[in-house]
Amino acid sequence: MSLMNTPSSSGRFGDFGGRFVPESLMPACLELEEVFNQAWNDPEFLGEYHRILREYGGRPTPVTRLGRLSSHLGVEVLIKREDLAHTGSHKINNVIGQALLTKRMGKKRMIAETGAGQHGVATATAAALLGLECVVYMGEVDVKRQALNVFRMKLLGADVIPVSSGSRTLKDAINEAMREWVTSVESTHYCIGSVMGPHPYPYMVRQFQRIIGDEAYEQTRVMLDGEVPDYVVACVGGGSNAAGTFAGFIDSRSRLIGVEPEGGAAINNGIPGIVHGMRSNLLQDDVGQVLEAHSISAGLDYPGVGPEHSYLSSIGRAEYVTACDQEVLEALQLVSRLEGIIPALEPAHAMAWLIREAGKKIPAGSTVLVTMSGRGDKDAETVAEILGGGI
Amino acid sequence: MPNLSLEASLTQSRDSGKKLLVPYVTGGLGDWVEIVHAVIDAGADAVEVGIPFSDPIMDGPTIQEASQRAIEGGATPTGILSEIKKADFGVPIAVMTYYNIVYHAGHQRFASTLSDCGISGSIIPDLQLDEAREWIAQADSSGIDNVLLAAPSTPTQRIKALVDATRGFIYGVGLMGVTGERASLSSSSTEVARVLKAHTTKPVLIGVGVSNPSQAEEVVRIADGAIVGSALVRRMLEGQGPSGAYAFISELRKAIDSLKP
Repeated sequence: MSLMNTPSSSGRFGDFGGRFVPESLMPACLELEEVFNQAWNDPEFLGEYHRILREYGGRPTPVTRLGRLSSHLGVEVLIKREDLAHTGSHKINNVIGQALLTKRMGKKRMIAETGAGQHGVATATAAALLGLECVVYMGEVDVKRQALNVFRMKLLGADVIPVSSGSRTLKDAINEAMREWVTSVESTHYCIGSVMGPHPYPYMVRQFQRIIGDEAYEQTRVMLDGEVPDYVVACVGGGSNAAGTFAGFIDSRSRLIGVEPEGGAAINNGIPGIVHGMRSNLLQDDVGQVLEAHSISAGLDYPGVGPEHSYLSSIGRAEYVTACDQEVLEALQLVSRLEGIIPALEPAHAMAWLIREAGKKIPAGSTVLVTMSGRGDKDAETVAEILGGGI
Repeated sequence: MPNLSLEASLTQSRDSGKKLLVPYVTGGLGDWVEIVHAVIDAGADAVEVGIPFSDPIMDGPTIQEASQRAIEGGATPTGILSEIKKADFGVPIAVMTYYNIVYHAGHQRFASTLSDCGISGSIIPDLQLDEAREWIAQADSSGIDNVLLAAPSTPTQRIKALVDATRGFIYGVGLMGVTGERASLSSSSTEVARVLKAHTTKPVLIGVGVSNPSQAEEVVRIADGAIVGSALVRRMLEGQGPSGAYAFISELRKAIDSLKP
């Protein structure tokens, strides 16, 4: 039996997960679980999901061998090109699935939270494609640092609501989306963007994202003459691209590495706690108040992490490491110059760990797959400002 | 002296023909201890004291702001609990908080601290029944009544399980939404009250969206009592102090007492 199978009936991965939501939301969580389980076993639903991702989403995305970076580092680097998926990141895989479920439930409206704006853009895109209304909650701080994505969402017909409570970032956008969902649950599906939230979200989103790992497994076996990569590396905020990637390699011999931002490293620096409907590792103070995360990357600026990652860490199947803002910026520039690919700040964390550890923790000559979860256009302004001079 | 049992106390009052009034006060916010004294003087049958949490997903803007201000002002769970112990309020006190505060302390430690501080009940809106069994068992053994919530969206089969597992009273959520004042009482408030009354002899209290005397009076025509939070907390935030709280709760008391059985 695979280590990444279905969670228990109460939505547990080991001790993690569950359904810690207000009573008002329980019927919606139970309905979603039932509808997802039916859909996931319905060839017609799966056919539609795969057709849209193929014809509209640009799947399968390629795996690219990074020749110059490989020579530079002395390890063989392959990347899974989610940056080439429609909307510029892996988020499209999940939202197409959830938008189809929204229609299946007879609902006409989706709400979503977003940090970097990638999930908001993806949700707005899926809503436009399938004729659904869309409202996106986004922390005020993120609205400022991701202005381009705010404009894209509006072009796509979505309403963007700036959230001014708490730390005014992703964590608070989730709170506000949940509060709205309590009010509108009859007509509205909450399209959560990562492998987090109450059951069935962590499981469901991982299944919608496992297409990354399933494709990459087949592709790397061809490219590596029947072998799997020695290391499979992905960045982890909530952890959806990592969960999707790991799912394809969980039963192989590949070592699985999740890279957290140093300022938001829930697995490395947090302890188990409850927020946003789940029990998982969480950055919190000494009485249990949730702490704010601090990362250069809006998409990883989250004090919690998906419960399945806490589980994989607890059993030692995946290893979680950190990268700091400075090495991330350097990695972003190095990959851009050597390969002609500008990574988003999120996957630049995964690249940063690889660049730091190649020839150290990663023995020379190893094969490494990194999921390039998104492209860097959205971060150009942030990066330009930090490097000095602006655009 | 044993703690005042929330359920025994409220049931006794209800059975004597009285409608129940339970105000909510954010713990740790300004002169909250004096506010609790004031609402008791004004006729509260029990008081819900909030232990603020950083991410209160069941609360609207008023209680969010109160929670944030209290936390920024240095309020901590143990600080609030020891103030309650010191004050010895004389009516049952239930703490309202979010599950991470309980989980972080540990079930056993949290339950025995509540008991030690003379607290009678707990209300944890993000700990629904399926996840609450362990906490309920621990609370039971420490003499703490854990109050469960029922919502307008809750199906009948689940209502039965909720009223069976709740202690103290059943908290009917008056509308699909988060805490906060509303211009008029949602029709779902009386509907929830009616459904709950049909399924239990435990006290049925309605909260969320009960904002003023006429709304309280309207809801207790069916329910055994009303919980009023944001309308009182707004007055705290405005600096109306104990006298303002006393005046407001007195009005509510008068309104629900005017109802002839």
